[in-house]
Amino acid sequence: MKPALPITLLVLVLGAAAPWLISAYELSLLGRFLAFSLVALGIMLTWGEGGILSLGQGVFFGLGGYALAMHLKLEGLDIANGDMPDFMTWSGVSALPTLWRFFVNPWLSLVYVVLVPGLFAAFFGWLVFRRRIGGVYFALITQALALAFATLLVSQQALTGGFNGLTNFSTFAGYDITSQGAARVIYLITFMLVVAAYFALRWLLATRFGTMLRATRDGENRIRFLGHNPLPYKVVAFTIAGSLSGIGGALFTLHAGVISPALVGVVPSIEMVVWVAVGGRGVLWGAIAGTLLVNFAKDEISSALPSLWLYALGALFVLVVSFLPGGIAGMFSNPRLPPRLLRRRQEVVE
Amino acid sequence: MHESAFLIGQVFNGISVASLFVMAALGLALSFGLMRVINMAHGEMLMLGGYLAYLTLLVVPGPLGILVAMPVAFLGAAFLGGILELTVIHRLSTRPLDTLLATWGVSLILQQAARNLFGAIGVQVVAPTWLDHTISFSTGILSGLTLPDTRLFILLVAALILGGVALLINKTRLGLYVRAVNQDRPTAAALGVNARLVDLTVFALGTGVAGLAGVILALLGPVTPTVGQSYIVPAFLVVILGGLGSLVGTTIASLMVGLFTALIEIYVDVSVAQVLLLVFVILFIQIRPQGVIAVRSRALEG
Amino acid sequence: MSPLLALENVTVDFDGFKALTDVSLTLEANALRILIGPNGAGKSTLCDTIIGRVRPTAGRILFKGEAITALPEQEIVKRGICRKFQTPGILPSLSVMENLLVSGRKNRAWWRAFTTATPAQEMARAEEILETIGLQDRRDVPAASLAHGEKQWLEIGMVVATDADLLLLDEPTAGMGPQDTQRTAELILSLIGRHAVLVIDHDMSFVEALNGFTTVLHQGQILKEGSVAEIRADAAVEAVYLGRAKDEVA
Repeated sequence: MKPALPITLLVLVLGAAAPWLISAYELSLLGRFLAFSLVALGIMLTWGEGGILSLGQGVFFGLGGYALAMHLKLEGLDIANGDMPDFMTWSGVSALPTLWRFFVNPWLSLVYVVLVPGLFAAFFGWLVFRRRIGGVYFALITQALALAFATLLVSQQALTGGFNGLTNFSTFAGYDITSQGAARVIYLITFMLVVAAYFALRWLLATRFGTMLRATRDGENRIRFLGHNPLPYKVVAFTIAGSLSGIGGALFTLHAGVISPALVGVVPSIEMVVWVAVGGRGVLWGAIAGTLLVNFAKDEISSALPSLWLYALGALFVLVVSFLPGGIAGMFSNPRLPPRLLRRRQEVVE
Repeated sequence: MHESAFLIGQVFNGISVASLFVMAALGLALSFGLMRVINMAHGEMLMLGGYLAYLTLLVVPGPLGILVAMPVAFLGAAFLGGILELTVIHRLSTRPLDTLLATWGVSLILQQAARNLFGAIGVQVVAPTWLDHTISFSTGILSGLTLPDTRLFILLVAALILGGVALLINKTRLGLYVRAVNQDRPTAAALGVNARLVDLTVFALGTGVAGLAGVILALLGPVTPTVGQSYIVPAFLVVILGGLGSLVGTTIASLMVGLFTALIEIYVDVSVAQVLLLVFVILFIQIRPQGVIAVRSRALEG
Repeated sequence: MSPLLALENVTVDFDGFKALTDVSLTLEANALRILIGPNGAGKSTLCDTIIGRVRPTAGRILFKGEAITALPEQEIVKRGICRKFQTPGILPSLSVMENLLVSGRKNRAWWRAFTTATPAQEMARAEEILETIGLQDRRDVPAASLAHGEKQWLEIGMVVATDADLLLLDEPTAGMGPQDTQRTAELILSLIGRHAVLVIDHDMSFVEALNGFTTVLHQGQILKEGSVAEIRADAAVEAVYLGRAKDEVA
């Protein structure tokens, strides 16, 4: 279901005007959550359209976030003269690690933000999907991936900043990124990227690729017996979701001024899925709306009553999944899918 | 310390970790075989077992407290598991991915409840004195090897549980029903097997075993609200490696994961070991995507 | 000339249970073959074995003279065999037309999928099949909302759309009323001459409407082959199969 044109235009105008309508604090929150919604759009593509549930999208979010953060830590340092990021000096590192040397150039780093998570998702997805591992198995493996990734980040203190992650950024390509004006520019870039991603995915889902992806979800075996190979459709969808998460991670890092293992592990990864579940897994705008809604609610509830948030989040999982599988968007649309479709059997290993 | 003694010590460690994994994964694997759903709150059954052990020891202190705690933890976790099955899992059982998400929500709630009731730091269960020994070797190639009693106790408990469950499945009427539903649910139901009751019983049994495992965990370290989380992800990997609902497969897979982790940790630190374990699992499924034990039946090929 | 399909002494063993024992069978191009037998006779397993879903324990399968016994499923499909499943294997969230287009897609390379355009030829063929299966007025509804009989026809349409030389139809009339069954028989007969068709069923009125060369399978073995009339007259078939079918009806 696509929203009506007037509503689309209104949202676009309000979104673009937001820097002049709301406070700096609210803008920073909105920017962060819009960055999250890029992750949600990816989940909507893989889970909603492809039936592939990944509980490890935080990994790709992290890869993008760290790719940019590593560059930001190098800005303004005289690397030729042995300058190093502050935390490395504290950890007793003697020379800048080779891995970091890839991130000296700001523009190359931006390329990595898209490519590193994308290529990793492609490789990982290919490895797992080619053996026809899907459904529950895939969810569990991606969760193990999220756990391993976060643990590794924490343990490699000297390389990654450890538990505290990377923070204290000042410039990008020489531009100050901490000022009030910069925050507006970063917000507008985020907003434009979300809009671009939304329309790009809308187009993608209208192409034959979208049809094939849904066909793969509906009956992977059926597709195979019709002579199609479902593997590339799943891998491409997972790759796109990986890249979108990476871009989201980089933008989040810019907005929040920090990226750390606590933002990419098991719990954040599964929280990303609940954004989409709440918004409506079958509808693009639902993914964005769900992300904003859940995160603003989290901000409100956890600042008032911290321990209540986990109860609320837990209850949200149970209730939405049990009683509102179509999410918020599902309430507005006369669903294209009859509800019993949600009950289709999952294909696991054959 | 002799090098071979060190290696044998690590192997022994691996086997004792494996016996924890097998207890944690058993319920997951059995229910997965029957219903194709995974209960993400299974780790919290371990946690519950741990806290029940702590509470039991407050009431029944002394050397035998731990032996009282085990049936208490089993029943408590089985009871909670039964409720979970009836309220959430059964309702969603035709939507396995949604079951994952809903039970994850349950797991968050249980963790937070534990945090509010017992605090975030965790509680200590002191091992009884009769488990407070170690077997040490001072001569021969094993010199320097020490085997703590608690670790031997874990092995014993795991072996007893495995043996018990194997008997239950292979020798009893309930086991016959379980195998029948496992192979072909509609046919079993048509022949008069109450598949719903089989699901519920197996699920409760599995969570009960996890509760028992929680008592054992309590002997090894503090019981915290997230204690289950550290064991549950390896248990998931065990389920993936083991093959659908196979007892033998789950046992072998637990040994693989336990030994792999223990031996690789000789060379790398714990976090890298975790990454390598995942790499190992992914490589393994390249060769055997169906898991250690493949069940070949028409019901699985639909 | 070699037959289109030949099964040579095929045996399938499921952990000790012999689903098929020493089955041999040939089928000429563009011909019709009916396979009947009571439940559990191994009809669906035979289908599964031809399509590569189940591997025979012994024996081999030749298609157009080439051994396909060990080929991966997709390769078998590419050689020109397509199968309709017992339970409708449609793609429920896709529209009827999309189902046919996905099935009839000629160029299956994934990188050619990033377009909203469909080749005119494929579109025309899909419309033609849509008409054959009589679902023109259901063209754009999700396949999940079709009635049971319509789903069966859609799946036959999908199988036809692949332009395979051999169509395997597993219980195409399962759950259908007499009227729909009659229509299905006509639909299948209209396919002969363009495709070879292997139909599996146990509804005798349907088999009689098709009236083709029939093979009776019983406990994984071939019991009898011949015309429908010959099968009707056979005492052994009567005993194991037709008698029981009558009981079921009664």
